[in-house]
Amino acid sequence: MELLMAILIGILFTAAVYLILSRSLLKIILGTGLLSHGAHLLILTMGGLGGSSPPVLDKGASNFADPLPQALILTAIVISFGVTAFMLVLAYRTYGEHKTDNMNLMRGNDEHD
Amino acid sequence: MEFVFLIFLPIVAALFIPLLFNRMKRIHTGWFVLAVPLILFLYYVTYIPTTMKGGHAISELRWIPSMGISFVSYIDGLSLLFSLLITGIGSLVVLYSIFYLDKNKEKLGNFYVYLLLFMSAMLGVVQSDNVISLYLFWELTSISSFLLIGYWYTRDRSRFGALKSMMITVFGGLMMLGGFVLLGIMGDTYSIRELIASAPSFVGHDYFTLALVLLLLGAFTKSAQFPFYIWLPDAMEAPTPVSAYLHSATMVKAGLYLVARFTPIFAFSEVWVWLVTGIGLLTLFWGSFFAVKQTDLKAILAFSTVSQLGLIMSLLGAGAITFHSDDAVFKFAMFAAIFHLINHATFKGSLFMIAGIVDHETGTRDIRKLGGLMSIMPVSFTVAFIGSMSMAGLPPFNGFLSKEMFLQSMLAIRQFELFQFDTWSILFPVIAWIASVFTFVYSFYFVFRTFAGKRKEGRLPQEPHEAPVGMLISPVILGVLVVGIFFIPNLVAKWLIKPAVAAIQPNLYSQPADIDIHVAAWHGFDSPELWLTVGVIVIGALLYATLSKWQKVYGLQPAKFSLNALYDGLMSFSEKGMNRISRFYMTGLIRTYMIYIFTFLSIAVLVVLFTQDAFVVDMNSFSHIGVYSAINAVILILAVGFVLLSKTRLAAIISLGAAGYSVALFFVIFKAPDLALTQLVIETVSVALFLLAFKHLPALKDHGETVKTKMTNGIVALGVGITVTLIALSAHSQKLIPSIAQFYKDTVKTEAGGGNIVNVILVDYRGFDTLFEIAVLSIAGIGVLGMIKLRLARKGNSNENK
Repeated sequence: MELLMAILIGILFTAAVYLILSRSLLKIILGTGLLSHGAHLLILTMGGLGGSSPPVLDKGASNFADPLPQALILTAIVISFGVTAFMLVLAYRTYGEHKTDNMNLMRGNDEHD
Repeated sequence: MEFVFLIFLPIVAALFIPLLFNRMKRIHTGWFVLAVPLILFLYYVTYIPTTMKGGHAISELRWIPSMGISFVSYIDGLSLLFSLLITGIGSLVVLYSIFYLDKNKEKLGNFYVYLLLFMSAMLGVVQSDNVISLYLFWELTSISSFLLIGYWYTRDRSRFGALKSMMITVFGGLMMLGGFVLLGIMGDTYSIRELIASAPSFVGHDYFTLALVLLLLGAFTKSAQFPFYIWLPDAMEAPTPVSAYLHSATMVKAGLYLVARFTPIFAFSEVWVWLVTGIGLLTLFWGSFFAVKQTDLKAILAFSTVSQLGLIMSLLGAGAITFHSDDAVFKFAMFAAIFHLINHATFKGSLFMIAGIVDHETGTRDIRKLGGLMSIMPVSFTVAFIGSMSMAGLPPFNGFLSKEMFLQSMLAIRQFELFQFDTWSILFPVIAWIASVFTFVYSFYFVFRTFAGKRKEGRLPQEPHEAPVGMLISPVILGVLVVGIFFIPNLVAKWLIKPAVAAIQPNLYSQPADIDIHVAAWHGFDSPELWLTVGVIVIGALLYATLSKWQKVYGLQPAKFSLNALYDGLMSFSEKGMNRISRFYMTGLIRTYMIYIFTFLSIAVLVVLFTQDAFVVDMNSFSHIGVYSAINAVILILAVGFVLLSKTRLAAIISLGAAGYSVALFFVIFKAPDLALTQLVIETVSVALFLLAFKHLPALKDHGETVKTKMTNGIVALGVGITVTLIALSAHSQKLIPSIAQFYKDTVKTEAGGGNIVNVILVDYRGFDTLFEIAVLSIAGIGVLGMIKLRLARKGNSNENK
């Protein structure tokens, strides 16, 4: 299972990096979204996929999944959501101001050279 | 009395200079300044009896005791000699500057502050026993010299000269610091005395030669040795009192001081003997040869200073031979070095002052416009004549005595047989003799082209007349010294030279009285030096007489191949080259930078992974693949594929949502209910957000990306993906320590009183994470609000870039 997950995570990272390198602002944001999915799944996989029951104390259950990666991922999900929301609005404002989403046109002005 | 504080007296005095300059408009600020070097001079004179007996005085001010750094004022023969030069000539220069600089036109407040700063720095250099504080003062001399050269900062040439001298001397200073640190490592102390004491054990140490070369770089740059002399002629843009003080008598001798001071440590090395003697001699020849080419009075003197510093340097190198051979003939060199150092300070100081007077009274320093000033400026001429003849090495002036001893020392080198000297040593007296001939020529050139010949009416900007008395006092005093030392050389030797020599050559003499060198003007007809001097005079006179015929030789050297061109080329090359390099890789495009980052990341990680044999895949550690997870994986891959391939933004957003939900499903499969819940909610909200902004978002376009850029992106992306996969596999296959999860499972009920372990971790065990995650969310919210509400955009934007 871990082998499959590792390959899956690799695919997610590949797609994310490919999108981040593109010229369209929206694609970059989509890319970061995929990147965070990849990272979350990576943390989960690295914690070990074993465990037959969720980490909640229950009668009879003893083989819990590792709770620590789950707590870390929970934090990471919320943070990446915050960042994604911020970037989305940033892209929206950038597009509104500059009337373009072409990253090639968004470079420092000549006076900064 | 703690005389270490006296080093700082000029700096303290400098604090009051602006006040005096601004309040006491009617009195020239220089008069107040004059007291400082005078007091110091008189104070240091009182140490002469101590050093004459071979004694020394120490005063310490602790600075950073935990690191062994302190200000130590160590006065022995050598540092006392330099201190007297600094304060003595300092007094004369201040006196001269009072008449040279106009109190209404010039910014005297600045001038004297810089000058006093320099004086402190110089005293610190020569008296410091601690190499770190020596370095501190050393750089302070560079800085104050920079300020003084750039004194008339509205002139381009001044700024250029100041920058050039700064670049070169600070380069050398930093190299020297490296040498000091290496010495500190070798000797485990920063004290020069202690280093000297343990010097013999350094020979053969790995750092020994490196420290030697680094230290010499410092000395050679400061003392304007070949090929670092190029800053000195450009430093002539400074006011003449500065040139007289810094660039003839004191600062340029700091390098000589350094060489002399560290001779007992490094003289054991043949590299030292060769470098110091060889470079010194080369500088001597080079400087004297090119001095004849110059047409500016101060430029002639600058090259002459370079040449004379080379002479002293070569003598210091020859003096180091005494550490290898007991032969008495080598003992003269060190004595001659110190003797000439004193003589040079006297005659060169006076010559600079005369050049300043000529400039001041005629309005030009161009030797082609000058001539026939002898009868108009008789006093200046007399002093210039005395100085020049002493420089040329003629009797009855002090330069004659030291030049004789110099030739004697160079002749003696022929008898030195170690270090392949027997092959090359014949060159030493030959080069020295040729350089002496040129010295003779430029000395005559300097004094007679200025004062003798016909007056060139109408070519001078001002009607020439003799300088005011006040301006003449200092050069006359120096001129009297030049003649005086000729007649009482042995008294000077007893008071000043022998204590200094004893400090440099502790291996030879335990006290100054042991030095059995007697200076005599007359060695008899059978001494070779006499005939060499006669040869210098005859050939020199011939060359001077035919100067106009052979001066064309200098035109043969193309300007492109000069050392100045090399320096300029180096400066502009490094500026342009750096500019080109940074323009090459800093394209301003985010994509480029991201490619750098990703490429570096994957290559670095992969290299480490495989070179360190860290790549391991343990098939047994993997659990079996469940049906549901396999199906879910397919869904995720499809969703990702759709995100990549979708042509419209709506499809892309929906596909991203599908990927998110599939991740949530994974959380369900892998027994993470809280994650699944959060992921579902967040994904829903995210998709909603995207759709909310949908109307305002740009359409998906690839903005003319070519196949080539897409290929590059694909390769980089694939590299990152593979790297992550490999890392994940090998990290999973070799778990080196067990998880701490068992602790949470065991104590969640007893310690925290909860049942949901993930939630308890979030709010109890690791509550801080949660606190700041809340902060992140709040900041993001405020940021979003700010971006939407705040519209300051165009206001003041046009000013920002100006």
